[in-house]
Amino acid sequence: MSLLIGVPREIFAGEKRVATVPEVVEKLIKLGFKVVVESGAGDAANCSDEAYRAAGAEIAASAAELWAGADIVFKVRAPSDEEVGLLRAGSTLVSFIWPAQNPELMQKLAARKVTVLAIDALPRQLSRAQKMDALTSQAGVAGYRAVIEAANGFGRFFNGQITAAGKVPPAKVFIAGAGVAGLAAIGTAAGLGAIVRANDTRAEVADQVKSLGGEFVKVEYEEEGSGGGGYAKVMSEGFQQAQREMYAQQAREVDIIITTALIPGKPAPKLITAEMVASMKPGSVIVDMAAEQGGNCELTEPGKSVLKHGVTIIGYTDLVSRLSRQSSTLYATNLFRLAEELCKTKDGQINVNFEDDAIRGLTVIKDGQITWPAPAPKLPAVAAKPAAASLAASAVAKKSGHGHGSSEPMSHQKLAVMFGIAAVLFWVIGANAPAAFLGHFTVFVLACFVGYMVVWNVKPALHTPLMSVTNAVSSIIAIGALVQIAPPLSGGLSAGMTAGISRPDEVIRWLAIGAIVLATINMFGGFAVTQRMLAMFRK
Amino acid sequence: MSASLATVSYLGATILFILCLGGLSNQETARRGNLYGMIGMTIAVLATVFGPRVASMGLPWIIGAMVVGGAMGLYLARVVKMTQMPELVAFMHSLVGLAACLVGFASYIDTSISFSGAEKAIHEIEIYVGILIGAVTFSGSVIAFGKLSGRIRSAPVSFAGQHLLNLAIGIAMIGFGIWFFMADPSEHYWLPYVVMTALAFLLGFLIIIPIGGADMPVVISMLNSYSGWAAAGIGFSLNNPMLIISGSLVGSSGAILSYIMCRAMNRSFFSVILGGFGAEGGTVVAGSEQKQVKSGSADDVAFMLGNADSVIIVPGSGLAVARAQHAVKEMANALREKGINVRYAIHPVAGRMPGHMNVLLAEAEVPYDQVFEMEDINGDFGSTDVVLVLGANDVVNPLAEVKGSPIYGMPILEAHNARTVIVNKRSMAAGYAGLDNPLFYMDKTMMVFGDAKKVVEDIVKALE
Repeated sequence: MSLLIGVPREIFAGEKRVATVPEVVEKLIKLGFKVVVESGAGDAANCSDEAYRAAGAEIAASAAELWAGADIVFKVRAPSDEEVGLLRAGSTLVSFIWPAQNPELMQKLAARKVTVLAIDALPRQLSRAQKMDALTSQAGVAGYRAVIEAANGFGRFFNGQITAAGKVPPAKVFIAGAGVAGLAAIGTAAGLGAIVRANDTRAEVADQVKSLGGEFVKVEYEEEGSGGGGYAKVMSEGFQQAQREMYAQQAREVDIIITTALIPGKPAPKLITAEMVASMKPGSVIVDMAAEQGGNCELTEPGKSVLKHGVTIIGYTDLVSRLSRQSSTLYATNLFRLAEELCKTKDGQINVNFEDDAIRGLTVIKDGQITWPAPAPKLPAVAAKPAAASLAASAVAKKSGHGHGSSEPMSHQKLAVMFGIAAVLFWVIGANAPAAFLGHFTVFVLACFVGYMVVWNVKPALHTPLMSVTNAVSSIIAIGALVQIAPPLSGGLSAGMTAGISRPDEVIRWLAIGAIVLATINMFGGFAVTQRMLAMFRK
Repeated sequence: MSASLATVSYLGATILFILCLGGLSNQETARRGNLYGMIGMTIAVLATVFGPRVASMGLPWIIGAMVVGGAMGLYLARVVKMTQMPELVAFMHSLVGLAACLVGFASYIDTSISFSGAEKAIHEIEIYVGILIGAVTFSGSVIAFGKLSGRIRSAPVSFAGQHLLNLAIGIAMIGFGIWFFMADPSEHYWLPYVVMTALAFLLGFLIIIPIGGADMPVVISMLNSYSGWAAAGIGFSLNNPMLIISGSLVGSSGAILSYIMCRAMNRSFFSVILGGFGAEGGTVVAGSEQKQVKSGSADDVAFMLGNADSVIIVPGSGLAVARAQHAVKEMANALREKGINVRYAIHPVAGRMPGHMNVLLAEAEVPYDQVFEMEDINGDFGSTDVVLVLGANDVVNPLAEVKGSPIYGMPILEAHNARTVIVNKRSMAAGYAGLDNPLFYMDKTMMVFGDAKKVVEDIVKALE
């Protein structure tokens, strides 16, 4: 009997997302689940009931009907008291929960004898968990939207242009906090052509900022701001002073400020003071992505866009809902990945396996027992702090693997076999060869190694010159011909002369001359053509 | 000059050769590296000529021979076009191979030095091996030269029993070798010697003839390596450490290059040497149904390029054949003037020899900091507006990412990730791998047929 996944309409005011989209419904059905969607659940995210039906889902007319039938409920926002009342005993809820901030909700859920997986409690430092990381996917959407809102409120182009009507300078954007949202904002703003600067207390994100086309602005104060689990921590007073000065300076210079700074479980730090706002150019825009936690700017009014000192301060708390189709699709995919982990057998049954670090971390209530917080996973970093809207405060380094050239070290076995073969070869040679040969053999082997070491450093761009120069070097064979052309007849060599056979001088000489001609063509030609080529390489 | 002084000079020359190769690790030091090489070579030659093993009566001969050879070499270096570099390199390899043969023969008939017992055996094996490698290098390079310069059809030539024949020749050569050095030291056994040399020539021919055009970078590097080993082999037989060291430097350099080229095609060295790359893929083309491609004109391309913010140019052998490098540079300049970010992406096996494209672009005075290696630029294709593929095919074939395709696993330039792809080709013919390329049929791809140079020149006109 396959389980029924229910997707209710989000009832939180202003929430436009939905926990699954038609494309993902199909995939869930392939996993063996049945899916039921509340009528109108996807309307705000441009997913019609017909689309869900076409994808194979059933449509439930009312919320009560849906909650009563579902074995598993997929939601976006934490459930309201009313929704908690609808939960069937023994069912499973997957949603944002924020257990640290909502202790009463936890108690109520536990009382319903259900299992709850809090998508925000995912141990984010597990690389395998990244595909389920809804915080990251939603933060990325928010960062993108923040730039779009800023562009909307800003009266000029983002990119610099030279038009017939005059020159337009590019907009300067400063982004405070280079977490997922911040990085998405950097990429989006840079993509629109703005000059982007960014700051973060964690110095290690500087490279990520640069890779997205931003410039990393450092605070001139030595302190490490990494607070474990990829989150930032509260900094010392001295640091904060230096940071304020830097922000004040940026405020005077830039046109747009986007703030994303959050500290888990605490109110958002006030980075932008009223004075700094006043010092900004008229027409500037501030987007405060931390508005829900009190805002990074003193003048932010959560949920609103206000004009103060000629600066538009945008404090929308529903940036993600303002891109509801995109955020819903990403969230639905995160939940689908979670469903895959829960249902490895693909038969529509779930197994909340506590041996699995990712699942253990997610599960905040199991069969009515509160299991939060989870013990630290057996991994280097400390346990993830499932904290308040830590949208911005995490950075997930996603370096796509284009390392085709990376050569992995050889396996031990292979290496042992090679050393074995080499040892046998050396023994055979050492046991049989005369001393004179061994001297040359030593030189030969060492020269091969030197060549090996040196040539690996040659740039691919210079491979053609490398070939032509090695070609010139191999004309050293001329030396072999030179010593044959007219060897002195006296000296130590005569000891080896065989009586009765005279040296056929003429033949040897002509052979040697031929060889010299051929080799010198190479010698001169090779070096000359290499020189010609190298002269062309220039910056 | 005393023997010790000559030895020390050789040591100095050796160090200079190593510095020469080391200098090529980047463009700034490369010219100095080449200078080191020249100085090293001069020292080595002078030390030999004035050393203890050359009597003064030989000088006129030596000078005469070197003047003739040097003049020919310098002339060649001056007149060669950059698009012909692969041919020139193949030609030069053949010279080294032939020179090694001649020196080996001379050394064999030189009766002024004789050995006995193990020393004799080793000496003769050395000569034998030296000549063998030299002969294979010579005939192989001649075939490679012919293929590269279009004098011989570059398609792989294969026949039944090819590998068996090669194997038989190899065994026969070993057999003759044993006969050869088991013989009485006081006499010369010409028969096994000459037969062996003839067989080696034949083997070089047979090894190269089945290898197709796309594998030429491997072949050239391999022959480069052989020419080094030939010098090293002769060095052994002549008791000359200078030859051994320089030869092995060159040999290992060529071997590494072959390895790098093979890795860039995700093929093992043996599968390249055994040939038949084109043969496997031929059926794939025949089996595929007719698909629609969008084709456009140079004006369309100019419009698309002019409206892009970022452009990546992927040059391939088509660019070399059409000698379009200067036109491309002109086009890139025109685009850069509009503030468009133009970069070049080079696949390690693009063209006919390692680094071929880099040399062509350098000739057109494209600054090398605009030219990127595959690994450095692959991640950027996704955020690029237009990719312009000029005469490249297999190196941008997304089939390499499809399991079960003949080129599966070969690292490619991910042009298919760009927002728009423009492909210039002479016709819809498949590449050297003989594979169809799904990139051409993508919705975002526009094909522009025609000679690369003419198309690019038209684009430049349209841009103005």
